Amino acid sequence: MQVHKYDVVIVGAGGAGMRAAIESGQRARTAVLTKLYPTRSHTGAAQGGMCAALANVEEDNWEWHTFDTVKGGDYLVDQDAAEVMAKEAIEAVLDLEKMGLPFNRTPEGRIDQRRFGGHTRDHGKAPVRRSCYAADRTGHMILQTLYQNCVKHNVEFYNEYYVLDLLMVDQEVTEDGVTRIQKRVAGVVSYDLASGELHVFQAKSVVFASGGVGKVYKTTSNAHTLTGDGMGIAFRRGIPLEDMEFFQFHPTGLAGLGILLSEAARGEGAILRNSEGERFMERYAPTIKDLAPRDIVARSMANEVREGRGAGPNKDYVLLDLTHLEPAHIDAKLPDITEFARTYLGVEPYTEPVPVFPTAHYAMGGIPTNIKAEVLSDNDTVVPGLYAAGEVACVSVHGSNRLGTNSLLDINVFGKRAGLAAAEYALTADFVEIPENPTTETEELLNRARSSEGGERVALIRKELQDIMDANVQVFRTEQTLVEALRVIDTLEERYTRITVQDKGKRFNLDLLEAVELGFLLDMAKVMTAAALHRKESRGGHFREDYPERDDENFMTHSMAYKDPRATETSGVRLETKPVIFTRYQPMERKY
Amino acid sequence: MEKEPASKVELAPGVGGGGEIPTFDITLKVRRYNPEVSDEAHWDEWQLTMYGTDRVLDALHKVKWEHDGSVSFRRSCAHGVCGSDAMRINGRNRLACKTLLKDLDTSKPILVEPIKGLPVEKDLIVDMEPFFQSYREIMPFLVSKGHEPTKERLQSAEERDRYDDTTKCILCAACTSSCPVFWTDGQYFGPAAIVNAHRFIFDSRDDAGDMRLEILNDKEGVWRCRTTFNCSEACPRGIQVTKAISEVKQAILTRKV
Ligand SMILES: Cc1cc2nc3c(=O)[nH]c(=O)nc-3n(C[C@H](O)[C@H](O)[C@H](O)COP(=O)(O)OP(=O)(O)OC[C@H]3O[C@@H](n4cnc5c(N)ncnc54)[C@H](O)[C@@H]3O)c2cc1C
Repeated sequence: MQVHKYDVVIVGAGGAGMRAAIESGQRARTAVLTKLYPTRSHTGAAQGGMCAALANVEEDNWEWHTFDTVKGGDYLVDQDAAEVMAKEAIEAVLDLEKMGLPFNRTPEGRIDQRRFGGHTRDHGKAPVRRSCYAADRTGHMILQTLYQNCVKHNVEFYNEYYVLDLLMVDQEVTEDGVTRIQKRVAGVVSYDLASGELHVFQAKSVVFASGGVGKVYKTTSNAHTLTGDGMGIAFRRGIPLEDMEFFQFHPTGLAGLGILLSEAARGEGAILRNSEGERFMERYAPTIKDLAPRDIVARSMANEVREGRGAGPNKDYVLLDLTHLEPAHIDAKLPDITEFARTYLGVEPYTEPVPVFPTAHYAMGGIPTNIKAEVLSDNDTVVPGLYAAGEVACVSVHGSNRLGTNSLLDINVFGKRAGLAAAEYALTADFVEIPENPTTETEELLNRARSSEGGERVALIRKELQDIMDANVQVFRTEQTLVEALRVIDTLEERYTRITVQDKGKRFNLDLLEAVELGFLLDMAKVMTAAALHRKESRGGHFREDYPERDDENFMTHSMAYKDPRATETSGVRLETKPVIFTRYQPMERKY
Repeated sequence: MEKEPASKVELAPGVGGGGEIPTFDITLKVRRYNPEVSDEAHWDEWQLTMYGTDRVLDALHKVKWEHDGSVSFRRSCAHGVCGSDAMRINGRNRLACKTLLKDLDTSKPILVEPIKGLPVEKDLIVDMEPFFQSYREIMPFLVSKGHEPTKERLQSAEERDRYDDTTKCILCAACTSSCPVFWTDGQYFGPAAIVNAHRFIFDSRDDAGDMRLEILNDKEGVWRCRTTFNCSEACPRGIQVTKAISEVKQAILTRKV
């Protein structure tokens, strides 16, 4: 076991992690630990854009953006956070431009902007051009630009280091004569893929920026590596997870594959049609139609299919129609995604509509933080030195449904905030003593996976998990489907104790790490399902057919899921609630 | 002005396709190497039944998940944007997640090897450090002198187009590791580093073009390129790599971009 010492350790080198590193690296001794090479992170897959009310092409302002974000999230958004994000969006985009990001330009040479779902002029009057973009590879350009700037600032990366545990100690603190126990961060434990050795990193500040958990589902736009590690590590160490029942299904995944076709396609004028050739979104969202928020479009599509108007021989998808757009326009604005349709489905988008169906896309929930990106260990207690930003976190700016282009924004705004706060804290705080035998738990975890000889296969358990999540915890949910899903997850967990990992070596043992990742997936599937069961209403991305209405009286609250073995009814997940922060906007009915 | 599409259209029969996906059998041969076990590399092969929509990555996953968990390779996004899974497939550098099995000759075994010119660590995993080292040496970041504007710097659409092609690079190393010069001379910067230099040299906002041209004028720089076009053929992003290298050569000669 090797021990390293840094002021700040950042877990993850996607957009959030590298944006944090650029700030923190210039102020404090910083290490970035990442299980992937930085440029392999899934931020690079983002296509459509990053929004900010620059008003470069038409009138716009940050207040309209805040409103859209709050309404898009079906009023479960913490409004102070949404306001911070919408205000700082402008600087966030300009920061990236100054770092070199090649945004598409207007004829005047300014940053160009385009439409995206749920972003409107003056509180819902009409779609507005708010999304800044670089063709349909905006995420790629953000990831490259941030990496380039990390190179420029000599940020220290530990590539292919898997963080597997968070080290915290309980300390007694006395405030106003009252003594209480407080968690403090001491560092993290990581596994070096190349050598199979464990490395302990002692740090004053730890920033989690480890991304999402899309691989709990079978049909997903997410990378194989998005297995909820950061959320899982925090949860196992007693940090609650907020709003995990809210998972976004993006309307336009390539049918059967889940590969994403950005909403930018619809932003540029593409529309959805059913098997009868009908533009069905006119019925579901008469004002903004195909540019309604994702939860609404995804449900409308699933409903068309359920009611027998799906296209194709099995009537199991709908069609994304770009055929009325000029090929030159498509090539200029949507080159990558039309190439996906050609490569993977053999469909020519110039002349044929593309088969699409909702794909699991984005975790609205995650590790709870406040607007300084500080992690909370309950509704209001900050864990000194612990930060989270990006998809792993829940501040909450997305509430129950994220608007397109708000995540690339989130990772930049709150990534920067996390980096600044982590460095600032580290400059005054002391190191916390590393607990004795810091790697015991991690070694046990790895040894269990390595030495068990029960013969169960990791890939098979994972597949069965993904199947049940797709079938029972997707766009439509009921008590029955959720209870059944929990039951299946429990049996999969039991089988997981009897897995066999074939690769017994130390070097690049990805077989072993897939087993560890499956452990996180199982935990997160359980949390997501238990939280979905707990929320007996429909709001944003969470639709309960047995409770189809939004119920503000009982459920205008965040959910907080704690690991608790005593909660046997819900597979060891205890659910509590946390108030939503309101500033300007009172809940209204959500119509588009 | 864009025109509003029709509320209802007549769809062509059979539009979208789908339904039963055809299956076929393949033989997958993978070049194996694990210094923990042996200093010698060898080939392993498997008979697999695959679907018409499957890619080489799906075949590798089938092997790893159902037959031999020790087969090792990198992968992440699985749709050609993260650059993790560049490998030699039937002698050509490609991304495993972008190569459909049905587009290969499945009557013969499909051969999968690690990319060449970088030290092999285990099976299809190579040491990427030398590759990233060259990348870092060409100053792959915008350098601009003078005052920062309060808002964005202006750049015309034409100026933006000038370097558009080279912004697509995903650093997968397919180009560099297909270059015969790189195979024999590990010191050569290689196409990917030059592509990334091009991305900044031709960016109207950048002020360090001269310095980068100087770096690439080095004996291990652009002049080692023998214009074999392997790199352009290998690029999974369709970047015209050889053209970019020629433009850099031209810029060194004329000191004009
Ligand atoms: C296909 C697609 C298109 C999208 N398009 C858009 C868009 O147009 N606009 C928009 O706003 N949003 C979009 N999104 C959403 C957005 O891209 C993501 O939410 C965002 O990029 C997440 O960034 P991140 O930094 O939080 O995580 P990621 O970029 O996923 O990075 C996670 C990092 O954590 C590291 N990591 C994970 N686990 C560990 C561990 N155990 N130890 C060490 N390191 C670890 C990984 O190596 C990686 O570096 C899209 C998402 C997808 C999937």
